[in-house]
Amino acid sequence: MSIGEAPPGTSNLPIPPTPPAPRSMDLVERVGNTMTLSMGPQHPSTHGVLQVVVEISGEIVEKLEMEIGYLHTGIEKTCENLFWTQSSTGIERMDYLNPLGNALCYMLGVEKLLGVTDEIPERASQIRVLLCELSRIASHCVWLGTGGIDLGAISTFFYTFDIREDILALIEVSGGARMHPNYLRIGGVNGDLPDGFLAKLDRLIEKFPTRMRELRTLLQNNPILRDRMIDVGIIDAKDAVAWSLTGPSLRGSGIGYDIRRAYPYSGYETYEFDVPTRTEGDAYARFLVRLDEMDESMRIIRQVRKRLERPGPIMIDNPKIAQPAKETISLSMEALIHHFKIVSESFRVTPGDVYQAIESPRGELAYYIVSNGNNRPWRIRTRPASLYNLQALKLMAPKNLIADMVVMIGSLDPVFGEVDR
Amino acid sequence: MTVAHVLDLLNTVPWWLVVTVKAVIVLVIVQTVFAYSMLFERKIMAWMQLRPGPNRVGPWGLMQPAADAAKMLFKEDLTPKTADPIIYKLAPFISLICAMGAFAVIPFSESSAGIWGVADVNAGILVIFAITSIGVYGISLAGWASGSKFPLLGAVRSTAQMISYELAMTMSVIGVLILAGTTSLSGIVHAQAKVWYIIPQIFGFAIYIITAVAETNRAPFDLVEAETELVGGFHTEYSGLRFGLFFIAEYLNMITVACIATLLFLGGWNAPFGLTIVPGLIWFVLKAGLFIFMYIWLRTTLPRLRYDRLMNFGWKFLLPAATLNLMVTAAIVAVLG
Repeated sequence: MSIGEAPPGTSNLPIPPTPPAPRSMDLVERVGNTMTLSMGPQHPSTHGVLQVVVEISGEIVEKLEMEIGYLHTGIEKTCENLFWTQSSTGIERMDYLNPLGNALCYMLGVEKLLGVTDEIPERASQIRVLLCELSRIASHCVWLGTGGIDLGAISTFFYTFDIREDILALIEVSGGARMHPNYLRIGGVNGDLPDGFLAKLDRLIEKFPTRMRELRTLLQNNPILRDRMIDVGIIDAKDAVAWSLTGPSLRGSGIGYDIRRAYPYSGYETYEFDVPTRTEGDAYARFLVRLDEMDESMRIIRQVRKRLERPGPIMIDNPKIAQPAKETISLSMEALIHHFKIVSESFRVTPGDVYQAIESPRGELAYYIVSNGNNRPWRIRTRPASLYNLQALKLMAPKNLIADMVVMIGSLDPVFGEVDR
Repeated sequence: MTVAHVLDLLNTVPWWLVVTVKAVIVLVIVQTVFAYSMLFERKIMAWMQLRPGPNRVGPWGLMQPAADAAKMLFKEDLTPKTADPIIYKLAPFISLICAMGAFAVIPFSESSAGIWGVADVNAGILVIFAITSIGVYGISLAGWASGSKFPLLGAVRSTAQMISYELAMTMSVIGVLILAGTTSLSGIVHAQAKVWYIIPQIFGFAIYIITAVAETNRAPFDLVEAETELVGGFHTEYSGLRFGLFFIAEYLNMITVACIATLLFLGGWNAPFGLTIVPGLIWFVLKAGLFIFMYIWLRTTLPRLRYDRLMNFGWKFLLPAATLNLMVTAAIVAVLG
């Protein structure tokens, strides 16, 4: 079995030599009487390890250049050396605020390659939707908290992290770990939700509206916050499309494109929810879109909660893909063999390629997966929503104050685990 | 030995010794108050933010200030290569001395023997404004001498901010001086025996509060050290004890403006509702404490203003409003005698 063998229709192209990278401080050219200021990668408000090299005159940004890659971990390459079943461990760690969303996208892609999309049990899809929507709320909580800190509203962080804490506790109950549970499996989920999960979920559902109301009271009509956000970082609909924005950043500019609506997956077409859209295109519009999204996610969660009353299988009925239940291994020869095969060499996936997108909290997250018929992916390429959204900073920031640039970065909600991978 | 004997004995002591001892006592008390106002702030903020706050060092974290001080003392004192070493090392002292100097003329309470304070100057309020306005040099020189970009931006901001807000602050206070007819702080407190100046000077009080927050660089006007924009602002390069001195200066300034607010608008050590059974000093501390609590409350609640909005607000709203308040007060006093 050779890993490097290209699937039909593709070829191993020679990699051209790359010129030496310039020093990051030389990225922007000086214009007239300006000062070069390097914000990041260790800067409190670049949301991780973004480096923005700005030319400022006074406090006004004249030009800027972004330097990314400080968090590059080579997850995509690592995946090429892992079994189909193992890759999700790394993939969950890309967008560390939405690990379950990442995993789901990858699983859906592999399932599509395997041609088993229609065989996924309903309950498994419901659990996936539930966990992804919970992750969306948790992710928006982090965005709101850190965005508040960007603006100097330090308490928001603690209020939103209180909600996030409840959600992480729920994820821990379901999968065993708070952030990277590796709970989703190709073909379903790993084990049914344990006892007490639904009761805990009910408590969260009950508590959530009050918490949201408090947050909105504290922030939404706060005159200082409105002053900092309204008319800051305007992107009109045309630019938003031209710069490939997706997610709340696109919907804040008036285009109601949501993958859950446009290309439904995991049964999203059966849930009732609105796609919050605003037309202003400024940071405040994106702020409101995300707040509304949190409410809409809770609406979906309430619907899933009702459906979860009905028990059912949580894993695909296909012993070549699904690991047999542990208790059957010592009783059945067949189960033992399947277990051994899946653990020791995973399964082989039909040659071909697939592009699978989902709506992550940041926008269109997608994996382009190529298989050459092996038991390992030949290539996994991510379309990280943050990377594309982040580019719009170059469009927004020039001729604005540094203080506004901080708000703009926050309003795009980048996650650098995802940008740099 | 009666009280008279003690007073006689005191009269034989040279004046400079009395003043020195008084100054040392006030400084020690003020430092303690600073340390615990820091703990107070951290605790209050923690409770507002659903967390317990410092609770490891001593019961209820009461030894936390001591632990912080010890930490500051043992940290390395770095000077960047690009810094101007003399000014860089001098700047924290300018800030601290100006912040401490203000306490020389603040009367905390009063008894039959006289004012409880180091000195009762007949132009007390002017002395305070004179001393505290020099404090801006500490900040701007620190930022300038650091030889680094973020501190430079912080220094530019602070100079602009403090100068523009000082004007409105002084204007807002003059109304009180007109009503009291004196610039002596004890004289102003005496004049409030019947009615506190917060009632006739409610606009002046409101303007004073806002400008005081801006003047001391506290949230929501903490643009000077806006950590999400300028990392640490003017003190980005400072570490160890020199950073600690800036920190102390900031808190002392906060206590100073709280004391001034108490003296000028809240009746100083005058007891409200005739509750003279409680000593005046306690009232003073309570009133100033209320003011400091308000500071903390603002910090936990509000986002930060943008720099240009802050300047607009200061020059286009606060200064005209304070001037108007002053003119109306002057006119009314002139008409009613």
